[in-house]
Amino acid sequence: MSEIATQIKDEIDQSDVVLFMKGSPVMPQCGFSAMVVQVLSHLGIKFKGIDVLQDAELRQGIKDFSNWPTIPQLYVKGEFVGGCDIVREMFESGELMELMSSRGIDVRPQ
Amino acid sequence: MSVAARIRAKLEAALPIERLEIVDESHLHAGHAGARPEGESHFRLTIVSDTFAGKSRVERQRLVYDLLAEELASDVHALALSTRTRDEDETTRSPS
Repeated sequence: MSEIATQIKDEIDQSDVVLFMKGSPVMPQCGFSAMVVQVLSHLGIKFKGIDVLQDAELRQGIKDFSNWPTIPQLYVKGEFVGGCDIVREMFESGELMELMSSRGIDVRPQ
Repeated sequence: MSVAARIRAKLEAALPIERLEIVDESHLHAGHAGARPEGESHFRLTIVSDTFAGKSRVERQRLVYDLLAEELASDVHALALSTRTRDEDETTRSPS
Protein backbone atom coordinates (compact mmCIF):
# COMPACT_ATOMS: atom_id res chain seq x y z
CA MET A 1 0.00 0.00 0.00
CA SER A 2 1.30 3.47 -0.83
CA GLU A 3 2.08 5.92 1.94
CA ILE A 4 -0.99 8.04 1.20
CA ALA A 5 -3.24 4.97 1.15
CA THR A 6 -1.87 3.93 4.54
CA GLN A 7 -2.57 7.41 5.86
CA ILE A 8 -6.18 7.26 4.56
CA LYS A 9 -6.67 3.79 6.00
CA ASP A 10 -5.50 5.05 9.40
CA GLU A 11 -7.94 7.97 9.29
CA ILE A 12 -10.98 5.85 8.46
CA ASP A 13 -9.98 3.26 11.08
CA GLN A 14 -9.47 5.84 13.81
CA SER A 15 -12.76 7.73 13.51
CA ASP A 16 -16.24 6.24 13.11
CA VAL A 17 -17.42 8.84 10.62
CA VAL A 18 -14.95 10.55 8.30
CA LEU A 19 -15.78 13.06 5.58
CA PHE A 20 -13.17 13.84 2.95
CA MET A 21 -14.22 17.27 1.75
CA LYS A 22 -13.19 20.57 0.25
CA GLY A 23 -12.72 23.08 3.03
CA SER A 24 -13.49 22.52 6.69
CA PRO A 25 -16.82 21.59 8.31
CA VAL A 26 -17.06 25.18 9.55
CA MET A 27 -16.12 26.68 6.21
CA PRO A 28 -16.79 24.31 3.31
CA GLN A 29 -15.28 25.47 0.01
CA CYS A 30 -17.71 23.66 -2.25
CA GLY A 31 -21.50 23.33 -2.34
CA PHE A 32 -21.42 19.55 -2.53
CA SER A 33 -19.21 19.27 0.55
CA ALA A 34 -21.38 21.83 2.33
CA MET A 35 -24.47 19.73 1.64
CA VAL A 36 -23.02 16.63 3.29
CA VAL A 37 -21.85 18.67 6.29
CA GLN A 38 -25.37 20.04 6.59
CA VAL A 39 -26.93 16.56 6.54
CA LEU A 40 -24.53 15.19 9.14
CA SER A 41 -25.01 18.25 11.36
CA HIS A 42 -28.77 18.03 10.99
CA LEU A 43 -28.65 14.45 12.25
CA GLY A 44 -26.29 15.45 15.06
CA ILE A 45 -23.64 13.00 13.89
CA LYS A 46 -20.11 13.59 15.10
CA PHE A 47 -17.63 13.32 12.26
CA LYS A 48 -14.10 14.13 11.34
CA GLY A 49 -13.78 16.43 8.33
CA ILE A 50 -10.59 16.19 6.33
CA ASP A 51 -9.84 19.03 3.93
CA VAL A 52 -8.35 17.60 0.73
CA LEU A 53 -7.52 21.09 -0.53
CA GLN A 54 -4.71 21.22 2.03
CA ASP A 55 -2.87 18.33 0.41
CA ALA A 56 -2.71 17.67 -3.35
CA GLU A 57 -1.47 14.13 -2.77
CA LEU A 58 -4.44 13.36 -0.53
CA ARG A 59 -6.86 14.95 -3.00
CA GLN A 60 -5.80 12.47 -5.68
CA GLY A 61 -5.04 9.70 -3.18
CA ILE A 62 -8.58 9.50 -1.82
CA LYS A 63 -9.98 9.23 -5.35
CA ASP A 64 -7.70 6.28 -6.07
CA PHE A 65 -8.30 4.72 -2.67
CA SER A 66 -12.09 4.73 -3.03
CA ASN A 67 -12.14 4.26 -6.80
CA TRP A 68 -14.42 7.30 -6.83
CA PRO A 69 -13.59 10.37 -8.94
CA THR A 70 -15.31 13.11 -6.93
CA ILE A 71 -15.25 14.77 -3.54
CA PRO A 72 -16.89 14.75 -0.95
CA GLN A 73 -16.60 11.14 0.17
CA LEU A 74 -18.18 9.76 3.32
CA TYR A 75 -16.79 6.81 5.28
CA VAL A 76 -18.60 5.12 8.16
CA LYS A 77 -16.72 2.58 10.26
CA GLY A 78 -14.13 2.20 7.55
CA GLU A 79 -16.72 1.58 4.86
CA PHE A 80 -17.25 3.86 1.85
CA VAL A 81 -20.84 5.13 1.81
CA GLY A 82 -20.76 7.49 -1.16
CA GLY A 83 -20.65 11.09 -2.27
CA CYS A 84 -23.06 13.99 -2.14
CA ASP A 85 -25.89 12.48 -4.24
CA ILE A 86 -25.88 9.20 -2.33
CA VAL A 87 -25.75 10.85 1.07
CA ARG A 88 -28.65 13.13 0.13
CA GLU A 89 -30.76 10.26 -1.24
CA MET A 90 -30.05 8.11 1.82
CA PHE A 91 -30.88 11.00 4.12
CA GLU A 92 -34.20 11.64 2.36
CA SER A 93 -35.21 7.98 2.46
CA GLY A 94 -34.17 7.51 6.09
CA GLU A 95 -31.50 4.96 5.14
CA LEU A 96 -28.70 7.14 6.42
CA MET A 97 -30.09 7.14 9.94
CA GLU A 98 -30.64 3.38 9.71
CA LEU A 99 -27.07 2.87 8.56
CA MET A 100 -25.67 4.97 11.41
CA SER A 101 -27.82 3.23 14.00
CA SER A 102 -26.92 -0.20 12.69
CA ARG A 103 -23.22 0.72 13.01
CA GLY A 104 -23.72 1.88 16.59
CA ILE A 105 -23.25 5.56 15.81
CA ASP A 106 -25.08 8.14 17.86
CA VAL A 107 -27.72 10.03 15.90
CA ARG A 108 -29.38 13.02 17.52
CA PRO A 109 -31.55 14.84 15.00
CA GLN A 110 -31.31 18.58 15.69
CA MET B 1 -19.52 18.04 -30.29
CA SER B 2 -20.55 19.71 -27.05
CA VAL B 3 -19.66 18.08 -23.76
CA ALA B 4 -23.34 17.36 -23.09
CA ALA B 5 -23.70 15.67 -26.48
CA ARG B 6 -20.60 13.59 -25.80
CA ILE B 7 -22.00 12.50 -22.44
CA ARG B 8 -25.26 11.50 -24.08
CA ALA B 9 -23.57 9.60 -26.91
CA LYS B 10 -21.32 7.64 -24.54
CA LEU B 11 -24.09 6.68 -22.14
CA GLU B 12 -26.52 5.75 -24.88
CA ALA B 13 -23.92 3.61 -26.61
CA ALA B 14 -23.07 1.70 -23.43
CA LEU B 15 -26.38 1.33 -21.58
CA PRO B 16 -29.96 0.45 -22.40
CA ILE B 17 -31.44 3.81 -21.44
CA GLU B 18 -35.11 4.50 -20.84
CA ARG B 19 -34.71 8.18 -20.11
CA LEU B 20 -31.73 10.51 -19.86
CA GLU B 21 -31.83 14.10 -18.70
CA ILE B 22 -28.72 16.22 -18.89
CA VAL B 23 -28.87 19.59 -17.21
CA ASP B 24 -25.95 21.98 -17.54
CA GLU B 25 -25.70 23.76 -14.19
CA SER B 26 -22.43 25.50 -14.96
CA HIS B 27 -23.99 28.94 -14.72
CA LEU B 28 -24.72 28.27 -11.03
CA HIS B 29 -21.00 27.83 -10.47
CA ALA B 30 -19.59 30.64 -12.61
CA GLY B 31 -16.38 31.91 -11.08
CA HIS B 32 -15.98 28.92 -8.76
CA ALA B 33 -12.96 26.64 -8.84
CA GLY B 34 -13.32 24.26 -11.78
CA ALA B 35 -15.76 26.47 -13.67
CA ARG B 36 -14.71 27.17 -17.24
CA PRO B 37 -15.54 30.45 -18.98
CA GLU B 38 -17.18 28.51 -21.82
CA GLY B 39 -19.44 26.64 -19.38
CA GLU B 40 -20.18 22.90 -19.63
CA SER B 41 -18.28 22.11 -16.44
CA HIS B 42 -21.07 21.21 -14.00
CA PHE B 43 -23.78 18.75 -14.99
CA ARG B 44 -26.75 17.07 -13.36
CA LEU B 45 -27.78 13.76 -14.90
CA THR B 46 -30.87 11.69 -14.38
CA ILE B 47 -30.45 8.26 -15.87
CA VAL B 48 -33.28 5.75 -15.92
CA SER B 49 -32.12 2.30 -16.93
CA ASP B 50 -32.88 -1.24 -15.86
CA THR B 51 -29.17 -1.93 -16.00
CA PHE B 52 -29.09 -0.52 -12.44
CA ALA B 53 -31.39 -3.23 -11.06
CA GLY B 54 -29.76 -5.21 -8.27
CA LYS B 55 -26.84 -2.78 -8.01
CA SER B 56 -26.07 -0.65 -4.96
CA ARG B 57 -25.98 3.13 -5.21
CA VAL B 58 -22.19 3.09 -5.18
CA GLU B 59 -22.05 0.45 -7.93
CA ARG B 60 -24.48 2.43 -10.10
CA GLN B 61 -22.50 5.64 -9.85
CA ARG B 62 -19.18 3.88 -10.41
CA LEU B 63 -20.62 2.42 -13.61
CA VAL B 64 -21.49 5.91 -14.87
CA TYR B 65 -18.23 7.45 -13.66
CA ASP B 66 -16.28 4.74 -15.50
CA LEU B 67 -18.11 5.44 -18.76
CA LEU B 68 -17.42 9.16 -18.41
CA ALA B 69 -13.90 8.89 -17.00
CA GLU B 70 -12.42 10.86 -19.89
CA GLU B 71 -14.85 13.76 -19.44
CA LEU B 72 -14.36 13.79 -15.66
CA ALA B 73 -10.61 13.95 -16.15
CA SER B 74 -10.89 16.93 -18.51
CA ASP B 75 -13.85 19.29 -18.98
CA VAL B 76 -16.30 18.07 -16.37
CA HIS B 77 -15.65 19.34 -12.88
CA ALA B 78 -18.84 18.11 -11.21
CA LEU B 79 -21.38 15.47 -12.07
CA ALA B 80 -24.49 15.13 -9.93
CA LEU B 81 -26.17 11.79 -10.57
CA SER B 82 -29.56 10.30 -10.05
CA THR B 83 -29.55 6.66 -11.17
CA ARG B 84 -32.84 4.75 -11.18
CA THR B 85 -34.47 1.69 -12.62
CA ARG B 86 -37.77 2.08 -14.47
CA ASP B 87 -39.69 0.84 -11.42
CA GLU B 88 -37.95 3.27 -9.10
CA ASP B 89 -38.59 6.08 -11.54
CA GLU B 90 -42.33 5.35 -11.54
CA THR B 91 -42.34 5.48 -7.75
CA THR B 92 -40.36 8.73 -7.69
CA ARG B 93 -42.61 10.46 -10.16
CA SER B 94 -46.00 9.28 -8.99
CA PRO B 95 -47.70 11.66 -6.57
CA SER B 96 -47.53 10.43 -3.00
